[in-house]
Amino acid sequence: MAQNVGNKNAEAMFHLVDAVERVNFPGNEAEQIATDGDSYIKTVAKRFFKNKVAVVSLVIFIILVLTAVFANQIAPHPRDASVGRFQAAPYDNFYLGTDDIGRDVLSRLIHGTQVSMIVGLGSVMVYVIIGTTLGLVSGYFGGFVDSVIMRITEAFMSFPFFMVILTLVSLLGSGLWVVTIVLGVLSWPPLCRLVRGQVLTLKKQDFVLAAVATGYSTPGILFIHILPNVLSPILVNATFGIATAILTEASLSFLGVGVQRPRPSWGNILSEAQSLRVLAYEPWRWIPAGILIFVAVLAINFIGDGLRQAIEGENKA
Amino acid sequence: MRWEGKPLVAEAEKKAIVEISELKQYFNAGKKNEVRAVKDVSFSIYEGETFGLVGESGSGKSTTGRALIKLGDITGGQISYKGQDINDIKRRKDLLTFRKSMQMIFQDPYASLNPRLTVKEIIGGALKVHGMTQNSKERTKRVYELLESVGLNRQFANRYPSEFSGGQCQRVGIARALAVEPDFIICDEAISALDVSIQAQVVNLLKELKEQNNLTYLFIAHDLSMVKYISDRIGVMNSGRVLEVCEADELYIAPLHPYTESLLSAIPTPDPEAERKRVRTEYDPKYHHYDDHSNVGLHEIAPEHFIYCHKDEIALYKKKREKLLRQAKQQYA
Repeated sequence: MAQNVGNKNAEAMFHLVDAVERVNFPGNEAEQIATDGDSYIKTVAKRFFKNKVAVVSLVIFIILVLTAVFANQIAPHPRDASVGRFQAAPYDNFYLGTDDIGRDVLSRLIHGTQVSMIVGLGSVMVYVIIGTTLGLVSGYFGGFVDSVIMRITEAFMSFPFFMVILTLVSLLGSGLWVVTIVLGVLSWPPLCRLVRGQVLTLKKQDFVLAAVATGYSTPGILFIHILPNVLSPILVNATFGIATAILTEASLSFLGVGVQRPRPSWGNILSEAQSLRVLAYEPWRWIPAGILIFVAVLAINFIGDGLRQAIEGENKA
Repeated sequence: MRWEGKPLVAEAEKKAIVEISELKQYFNAGKKNEVRAVKDVSFSIYEGETFGLVGESGSGKSTTGRALIKLGDITGGQISYKGQDINDIKRRKDLLTFRKSMQMIFQDPYASLNPRLTVKEIIGGALKVHGMTQNSKERTKRVYELLESVGLNRQFANRYPSEFSGGQCQRVGIARALAVEPDFIICDEAISALDVSIQAQVVNLLKELKEQNNLTYLFIAHDLSMVKYISDRIGVMNSGRVLEVCEADELYIAPLHPYTESLLSAIPTPDPEAERKRVRTEYDPKYHHYDDHSNVGLHEIAPEHFIYCHKDEIALYKKKREKLLRQAKQQYA
C-alpha cells in the first residue's frame, strides 16, 4: 500500500542510521565508555579518606574501640582493687594517680571505655533496627499505617527526653544494659522520619516499580531494593547517634542513675568532681575523664561529618 | 514497512491477548485534587502483534500501561489478560504467574535500574523471584546468556548501572524483562530518552527479540514516525481517551479524527523544503460540541478502524475515509 511522505522519510532515516552504526560499532555500542569505574562504596571511601580530620578521628575511634575490647590486657592495675595510696597524685606506675580508696584512675578509665562503647554502639544498634524498619514500613505503605507510626513518632519526640530516661532508669533499675536499651528505645524517632522521607521519594522511582512488575514480594522490595538506597543517611545518623549516646550515658552516670559503681564509666568517674575537694585539689581524678568524653564525642562527630560530605559529594557529581 | 519476514497477523488467527474496556484511572478520587488521568480507554491487543499507543504528554498513555501491568488498582472498567480479569488476580501464586507473563521496559533507562545493585543482581533477581534457576552458578550462566542476547558483553555483569551509557542501561532493562521469558512486554516510552542513533539500535533489537521469542508488544510513545515503523496497529490517545484505533498504514493514509490529523501534521520532516511548507493543524476539543455524552463512544467506522465520536457522526467519518482512500490511490497510482 502507498506510504505517507513524512513517514517514508523517517523510516529511511532509521535504516540509514542503522547502516551507519553497523559500520562504526560492530557488536557493542560505545563499549569504551564503561571501562573504568568504581562501585559506590569505593567512591565514597576514596572521598572520605581525603578528609584528614575525619581520618584522624577514625583512627582515634578505632583506638578507643580496641581499648574497650582489650581493657583487661591494657590496664596496668585491676579495675576495682585498692592497690595504691589513697588520693595520691600521679606517682610510680600510677600514671594518673589514685582515687579515695586507692584504685588506679588510669585502669578505671580504660575499663570505662568499655561502658561508653557498649552504650554507644549498643543503643545505636537498637534504634537503627527499630527506626529503619518503622520508617521503611511507614513510607512504603503510607495511608493509615503511616499515620499511626507518625503519630507515635511525634509523641515520642515531644517527651522531654532526659526526664523520660531518668524516670525509666529509676523504675527499671540502673545498669549498663538498662541504660543501653532505654537509650536505644527512645532515640529512634528522628531516624524513622529520615528513612520515611527517603522512602517516600524512592518508592515512586522506576526501579521500584520495575521490582514490583518483576514480581518481588513486599519485604523483598523493601529490603533488597529500597534499603540499600537509604543506607548512607542511616549510617551518618548512626554515627552522630553514637556520640549522643556516649554523652547521655556520661550525663546519667554523673547524676548517679547510669552505670553503678564499682563498675567505672567516664561519667561516674567524672561525677567524683561533685565533691569540692576533688574539684579543687585532685584534678587528676576528673580532668582525664572529661578530656576522654570530649575527644571521643568530637572524633565521632568528625567521622559523621566526613561521611556525610563523602556521600553528599556523590549526589552532587 | 512491516516487520521483515513476518506479515501482519492473519485475519483468521487473530486472538486478543489483552482486552481493555472503558478503563478509568483517577488519582486522589473523590478529593479536591482529583486527577482523571484515564477517562475512557478501550482497545484490544492481538497475540503476536505490536500495538502502538501514541498521544501528547499527559494524555494517559503511561497510566494505561501501568494499569495494565497492575502497578496499582484501577478506578473503573475492565482489563483482561489472556481471558482473565486482572482485578481477580489476588493470590500470590496467581500474581507471580501474571508477573512472569507480562513485563515492562521503562522510559528512563537510568532510573529504572537500582543504582545500588550490580547488573547481575538486577537480572538475576528476576530469575530468583520466579525460581527459574536452581543455584547461583546456573543463574550467572543465564545472566551471561541474557546479556549476550541483548548485545552486551558478559563482563558487564559485575558493574553498576552508573557505569553504563543510556543505551547500555536500556539493554540491561530489556534483559531484565526478558529474563522471566514473558509473552507480553509493555515498552513505556522505551526509546524516548535515548538519542536517535541508539534509538534505532534499540528498536531493531526489540524487533529481533520479538521474532525470536514470539512476543507481543504494547509500544507507548509520542514519536509517531517511530511508532509507525514498529507497530501493526495504533491507538491514538488524548486527555485520557482513545480517539482512534486502526491499522498502522491506514492511520497515515486516512487519519479520521481531527486530533490524529493534528498529530500527523506535527511530525517534522528531514527535508527542509517540505519542512518550510508544512502546515501544523491545531486541534481544539471544543470543536466536537458533545453536550450530551450518552451516544459518544468508540464506534467502528470500517473493519478494525474505530473512532471516538457521536453516533450521528459515523456516516460523516465513513465518507471522509472513503474520500481519503480514493485520494491516496490516485496519488500513488
